[in-house]
Amino acid sequence: MIGLLGKKVGMTMVFDQEGLSVPVTVIQLGKNIVTQKMTKETNGYTAVQVGGFQVKEKRLNKPEMGALKKRELPAMKPLKEFRVDDLSGYNVGEALKPEAIVVEGALVDVQGRSIGKGFQGTIKRYNAGRGPMSHGSKFHRSMGSIGAGTTPGRTFKGLHMPGDMGNETVTVRHLKVVRLDAEKGLLLVRGGTPGVDGGLLVIKPSKTKWNP
Amino acid sequence: MADRLRPCSGPGKRLPDAQAMFKQLQILERLAMNQIIREIEAPLLKDNLPKLNIGDTVKVFVKIKEGGKERTQGYEGVVIKRHGSGVSSTVTVRRVFQGIGIERVFLLHSPRVEKITVQRRGDVRRSKLYYLRERTGKATRIKEKIGHKKDAPVQAAPAQQAPPTEKKDAAES
Repeated sequence: MIGLLGKKVGMTMVFDQEGLSVPVTVIQLGKNIVTQKMTKETNGYTAVQVGGFQVKEKRLNKPEMGALKKRELPAMKPLKEFRVDDLSGYNVGEALKPEAIVVEGALVDVQGRSIGKGFQGTIKRYNAGRGPMSHGSKFHRSMGSIGAGTTPGRTFKGLHMPGDMGNETVTVRHLKVVRLDAEKGLLLVRGGTPGVDGGLLVIKPSKTKWNP
Repeated sequence: MADRLRPCSGPGKRLPDAQAMFKQLQILERLAMNQIIREIEAPLLKDNLPKLNIGDTVKVFVKIKEGGKERTQGYEGVVIKRHGSGVSSTVTVRRVFQGIGIERVFLLHSPRVEKITVQRRGDVRRSKLYYLRERTGKATRIKEKIGHKKDAPVQAAPAQQAPPTEKKDAAES
């Protein structure tokens, strides 16, 4: 499904008709220009490649720049493919219309890269419990047993252990579109989105029965 | 940490700090982002709010819905806390009603808050008046602010008025 690329600006609140506050994330939408069409014949699948934001030429590598130059397009980053079945509505060099993809009141899925937390223990990473911090206890925040002895004689795969946390792709589903300002390229969705302010976000319409 | 990452240079010789410059750029970008948020908030902000200070006695008129009808209710108390900025700024108003302390948090710019009037200017020396929670009766009194400091006449020194006593109430002990 086709989506839009944007940058997280930050959060604020707006008021609904009843005067209640609605927490919103402000997203600055990119230029969203179709940079390439993947066809069944040449690529084996159908998709639309979309360029997000215009950048300096030196920010792209030579193959990327070459592909854009061939189509007489400016340097754009990021370049993201969206799988679509029907390519007929898209032309290379044309910008996607945000109002055709997201509608006010509809639900969207927002994908981004979560804030990195570094190397974390099991308590923060997997909500594991901890031991007593006092009363003579020497078992504070460390992991417990990681398996039994002879049977099964091994540690199970996928056991929750300390490691890198965050800095991974996270999708928040079913966020309501509060406002779409196509002129300014601003999108307001209810609730929070992954990642830092200024981080890249991919916005797609949700696949739900509530969506028009 | 930053010192360790900096390229080795002789003593007293300073290379342009690339990290510091990068940080500056990041700050600039963040400010530009804030500009967008400020533009979104601008039409929501009220311009007729009185200047509220900590310790002021205020009356807040709130719209409430009751069985399909809407009416305005006043709530009077002391501002003990201000929080947030822009459209999300709030005040916490404390009053003692029938011996029970009530604190309500009001979103200043909410359309539900119809009007705020200042009844009395308080003269306090803290930004959060949490100490009022531990006091009852006379001890909760707050000095009134008399004009500006430089305009205030010499003989009307605030020390003449009884400051809130440090003594705790019987109910507390």
